[in-house]
Amino acid sequence: MNTDQLTRRTFLNLVGAAGGSAAVYQTSMAMGLMQDTGPVAMMDLKPAARAGNRVAVLGAGIAGLTVAYELEQAGYDVTVIEASKRIGGRNLTLRHGDIVDEMGNTQVCNFDDEPNLYFNAGPARIPGHHRRVMHYCKTLNVPLQVKANFSRPAYVHETGSFGGEPLRIGQYIADARGFIAELLYKAADQNVFDQPLSEEDKERVLQLATVYGDLDPNGIYQGTRRAGYKSGGWVQPAEYHSVMDFSELLHSRFWERGFASSENPDWAEPLMEAVGGMDNIIKAFVRNLKTKVLTNAQVQAIHNTSNGIDVVYNHKGERHKLSADWCFNSIPTHFMVAIPNNFAKDYREGLAALQPGNFFKIGLQMRERFWEKEGIYGGITSTNQRITQIWYPSHDIHAKKGVVLGAYAFRNQSGFFERMSPEERIAFAADCGEKIHPGYKDYIEAGVSIPWGRMNHMMGCGTNWSDEARDQFYARLQRPEGRHYMIGDQISYHSSWQEGAFASAEFALLDFDQRVRADAAVTRKG
Amino acid sequence: MRTGLFLLLFAICPLAVAAEPDESLPVPADEFVYCTVCHGVQLMGNPIIKAPRLSGMDTWYVERQLMAFKNGWRGAHESDEVGMEMNPMAAVLSDEQIREAAEFVSKTRSPLPPVTVDGNVENGRARYMACAACHGIDGKGNAALGGPALTGQNDWYLVTQMENYRDGIRGSHPADVYGMQMRSAVQLLSDDQDIRDVVSYINTLNTNQGN
Ligand SMILES: Cc1cc2nc3c(=O)[nH]c(=O)nc-3n(C[C@H](O)[C@H](O)[C@H](O)COP(=O)(O)OP(=O)(O)OC[C@H]3O[C@@H](n4cnc5c(N)ncnc54)[C@H](O)[C@@H]3O)c2cc1C
Ligand code: HEC
Ligand code: HEC
Repeated sequence: MNTDQLTRRTFLNLVGAAGGSAAVYQTSMAMGLMQDTGPVAMMDLKPAARAGNRVAVLGAGIAGLTVAYELEQAGYDVTVIEASKRIGGRNLTLRHGDIVDEMGNTQVCNFDDEPNLYFNAGPARIPGHHRRVMHYCKTLNVPLQVKANFSRPAYVHETGSFGGEPLRIGQYIADARGFIAELLYKAADQNVFDQPLSEEDKERVLQLATVYGDLDPNGIYQGTRRAGYKSGGWVQPAEYHSVMDFSELLHSRFWERGFASSENPDWAEPLMEAVGGMDNIIKAFVRNLKTKVLTNAQVQAIHNTSNGIDVVYNHKGERHKLSADWCFNSIPTHFMVAIPNNFAKDYREGLAALQPGNFFKIGLQMRERFWEKEGIYGGITSTNQRITQIWYPSHDIHAKKGVVLGAYAFRNQSGFFERMSPEERIAFAADCGEKIHPGYKDYIEAGVSIPWGRMNHMMGCGTNWSDEARDQFYARLQRPEGRHYMIGDQISYHSSWQEGAFASAEFALLDFDQRVRADAAVTRKG
Repeated sequence: MRTGLFLLLFAICPLAVAAEPDESLPVPADEFVYCTVCHGVQLMGNPIIKAPRLSGMDTWYVERQLMAFKNGWRGAHESDEVGMEMNPMAAVLSDEQIREAAEFVSKTRSPLPPVTVDGNVENGRARYMACAACHGIDGKGNAALGGPALTGQNDWYLVTQMENYRDGIRGSHPADVYGMQMRSAVQLLSDDQDIRDVVSYINTLNTNQGN
């Protein structure tokens, strides 16, 4: 390799191209860019006064339930209006007999009736820095367990690379790091940077490179036991994998996805999940609410009045009006444009400026935990097929059966699956899985598919904020419109994470509390 | 006397009056609530979902379109991504449900949709002469010839439908007799500008208070 003209920039580009997200990550760590969602506000809400304490909460997802819970604690009279048959919104865990309310394709979950056979069709992972999720799980007694999101024994699979054969992620990463380290070693050794390193720094970089990639004393990557044994290693001598061809590694696109995923703080180990299913968070809220959530109640109109707010909704074929003092609304913004209201023009324009995102998941019940025979206990296989990923459960290890995630498509890719029948989706995912795990198809006993873009009362996940919309409308939509607060992960910088939903609810409640306190002060004086 | 009082109230406190639910509006049966998830409250149309306004549409036309989707005449072409959103929604309906759905649709009411297309009304008026036979001089449709009302419709939707006919995405199936008629008729417009112009003219025919 010609390193003569290597500048720092081209060097970094090279590292990036060779899958150096880890290196890039190290830099951002060093720069203190590791995200934290900030301290949880202690909800010290002013206790409700006797007048003005009726609250309408629209939508019973995480955001709506949080507001309902906190305001009830402060003594408010809360009514929760939810359009769907079920409570929870996008927080959905599927078990035996559950209905998947996909418009035009209602499915019934046909998993066995066993407590360990469930599928988190929406949220499935919680990182510890999502402090609000952690706070409510702790406060409401939702047991959590560690969920393996990353696994070195899981596979990288690329139809156009490595002969289409699945490769252990550990082997891939070991070789990729070896090559990156070798480049770094060479560059440092020849000190070819536009601002040369001092002798001391050069030594340090050589050591760093050697440790990073497990190089030999001459800075050459000759393979490493980090890639795993090919055979032996315990009572027989170890045989190691031969080093992969660098250009083939570069050619595969795994570094774009699998390599980077566990470096994103939201996906970084250790992650957690609710024991027995993510919807235990929803159940905990419901347990702790005095009010009974009104399901099958679809909001039809919202009007601020001179001293309150009126919500019209349909329930069981009849129209009702709820007059409240305050309203917290988590209805997806893409529905709000077709719900009559008397909001100000700029507020309505803001609601209309957002686009729904999309996700698609498949859950497959496997008659046997075949992946465990391959040494895989949790984690994710990454493939360049349309299913993109296979997730192995890290709970209930060695149980007889298990539910794997058989497809996870994002954004526009979701449409491909949406347009198939539920049976076609499962068959498609089965074919893809077969290329990674021979016999995969025969293990499949049952399956469900969840196209969020077609789910009733939902139609998407992960609100898309263009930069312009963010500049123009974000602050406006965070602010109340009269007695109406817009909430939900859609009103956060972290849409499609529960923490975003919690944080938006908290933000609205704190604003609300200030107003109530200010009003009370005025009344006292007056 | 009553009316006078009502008007007075309205003038003083418009917000409170606006909030009173209108009891004459139909409430969908549970089985048709999902139509309103995409098409909006009272099927007023939702531009983000690209689902058009259906409020007050004639039953015969709704039934025919639901059949067209169900039969795969509409929303089956590989480049008709928007039509494919609607197609499976009709596929699950029985003939009986199609009649009931159309009945519900025809009863819904909402304000007229906003104007979003800005074309040349004069050119549009001239072009529209060729449409009037089938869609009515007033744009309210001609049941005898099978041409639906074009007034009260979202203008962006009228544009995409004419493009769909032109591009063979709608009205190409040999069994879709009415669709094929419209497919020939769209040839009367020579380009995108003509389409926008004629839609701008149709917007001017929206004179009532909505349906
Ligand atoms: C596939 C997928 C994977 C995800 N993965 C994760 C993850 O790993 N970790 C994580 O933390 N988060 C994850 N999320 C995101 C998480 O699910 C959301 O951030 C959270 O559930 C959003 O809560 P919310 O209250 O803001 O909105 P929602 O849950 O969408 O609540 C909105 C509610 O409004 C109701 N509604 C709609 N229309 C009306 C109407 N007209 N009248 C009354 N009610 C109405 C809806 O039925 C719904 O219940 C994932 C989501 C999906 C879909
Ligand atoms: C998933 C969203 C969705 C649902 C649910 C849905 N529609 Fe649609 N519908 C659409 C879209 C999008 C279009 C526009 C298709 C196009 O552009 O060709 C449409 C078009 C139509 C049309 C054609 C209108 C015209 O002017 O030709 C009718 C009629 C219709 N829908 C009726 C219904 C009825 C009745 C229901 C409930 C039974 C329903 N829709 C449910 C999305 C939906
Ligand atoms: C020969 C009769 C005829 C003429 C002329 C005609 N149309 Fe049509 N048009 C129809 C019919 C029939 C349909 C309904 C087709 C179907 O059922 O799919 C239709 C449908 C449409 C639609 C779709 C409406 C909807 O709700 O989806 C639009 C838009 C339209 N016509 C515009 C025009 C314009 C503009 C002209 C003039 C340039 C025109 N038509 C001329 C017969 C005609």
